[in-house]
Amino acid sequence: MAEASLLDRSRTIAGPGYNRWLIPPAALAIHLAIGQAYAFSVFKKPLGALLSGDPNAPAPADWTPAQLGIIFSIAIVLLGLSAAIFGKWLERVGPRKAMMASALCFAGGFFIASLGVHLHNLWIVYFGYGVVGGIGLGIGYISPVSTLIKWFPDRRGVATGMAIMGFGGGAMIASPLSVALMDHFKASGTGSLGVAATFLALGVIYLIFMQFGVWTIRVPADDWAPAGYVPNPQHSALITSNNVSADNALKTPQFWLLWVVLLTNVTAGIGVLETASPLIQDTFSEKYMGAGRGVTAAAAAGFVGLLSLFNLLGRFFWSSASDKLGRKTTYGIYFGLGIVLYALIPTLGNTLQLTLYVVVACVIISMYGGGFATIPAYLSDLFGKYQVGAIHGRLLTAWSTAGVLGPLIVNFLHESRKAEGFTGAAAYQTVFYTMAGLLVVGLLANFAVTAVNDRYNEKGPVEAEAGGH
Amino acid sequence: MNQPSATSSAAPENSSSGALFLAWAFVGIPLIWGVSQTFVKALTLFQ
Repeated sequence: MAEASLLDRSRTIAGPGYNRWLIPPAALAIHLAIGQAYAFSVFKKPLGALLSGDPNAPAPADWTPAQLGIIFSIAIVLLGLSAAIFGKWLERVGPRKAMMASALCFAGGFFIASLGVHLHNLWIVYFGYGVVGGIGLGIGYISPVSTLIKWFPDRRGVATGMAIMGFGGGAMIASPLSVALMDHFKASGTGSLGVAATFLALGVIYLIFMQFGVWTIRVPADDWAPAGYVPNPQHSALITSNNVSADNALKTPQFWLLWVVLLTNVTAGIGVLETASPLIQDTFSEKYMGAGRGVTAAAAAGFVGLLSLFNLLGRFFWSSASDKLGRKTTYGIYFGLGIVLYALIPTLGNTLQLTLYVVVACVIISMYGGGFATIPAYLSDLFGKYQVGAIHGRLLTAWSTAGVLGPLIVNFLHESRKAEGFTGAAAYQTVFYTMAGLLVVGLLANFAVTAVNDRYNEKGPVEAEAGGH
Repeated sequence: MNQPSATSSAAPENSSSGALFLAWAFVGIPLIWGVSQTFVKALTLFQ
């Protein structure tokens, strides 16, 4: 029999003495890298002016904002699809091989996109960053999840919250880094406004950075448990000690209820994120606030930055809190409090209460981030840890759906109100009331979640099967 | 801090606190840099 490759699951089993707190940094190395996707918008202006060379005056043959928007959409759709398709493969081969595949796809996507920019061929950019890079996003996103849950059965929310927080933090690193690289390469006269060279550089940087995760990650031995670990100390019916396979999970109502929970939470959050900059500028413009007191474009960028911070913090805070509160209660808070806050936003806008408006938006976005970070632990509670990575991957199709649905709903409602002659906060009123309505659907779906029926449970030991060792 | 308590066929791997520090620094430094950049940008909202 051929010797197992260093990437094989059997070569990643931690020996006695391995410190489990090395696993979150390994997971963060992957999520901080792929979180770059959320910073892709920094390339939109230069990519839209490659022929003219002036981002403020694109040539007629330059790529349009709509054409460029498709790049990110393809990447997010591929994220969901690849997470769903490769989840079971990941459970079989282990996190190291999956992380390596993710690193190669994500970096490879940049290399191909760089060629597309150099040749000014948008289809190559779609294929590179969108398809190949998107596959890297999907595999990378789910690659550390089940491993973290196995290492931290006593703190599932904390562990997954730390990793998924990295996805939010990745954009914060990538945005200033990309701008600095573009400025550098533009000044060096590399052409294409420095974008092609920046894509190449980012590909190399992320490929190296992600190797830290690849070679640090370990899976625990099948019989490993944290010292003094007591399974299900709260004796909650919603925390199982059984295991459900990814295929069987799809047959349960619980999976689809959580799919609706994630869909509604993400769609509503995108409603705020998608419109954040124009929203605050339109609502608190000089027309309503008085001369010199309106929110400027620079201040609006600050608002977007603040939302990013709360998106990041919410991922860790809410997910960690869910270890104490329970997942169902935590989602109950997201939806219950969310309904009130979303419904309050138009009133705060109409009455020009800027500070309160910002605070409410930050709380809303913290719960949007929290929704992403808490879902793996919720799945693990309900379906066990056997194939939780694969189940999580399949659930992420809800994110892809929300990524398409959210902006569509928001743009349609906003444009409709504007066409009716509404301006300022009133132009966004139906957006927020509709999002509050969506959260009611999410609240009901969450309320309906119960323990999974025993008939879906795996019979006999499953860890050896999953681990292949 | 919990350590593995159960038996394993793999060789022992005693993780030093230095390795732990380096691992967290490797991901923590870029993250703190990114967060600080965003924080500075966010401050413009209050100016």
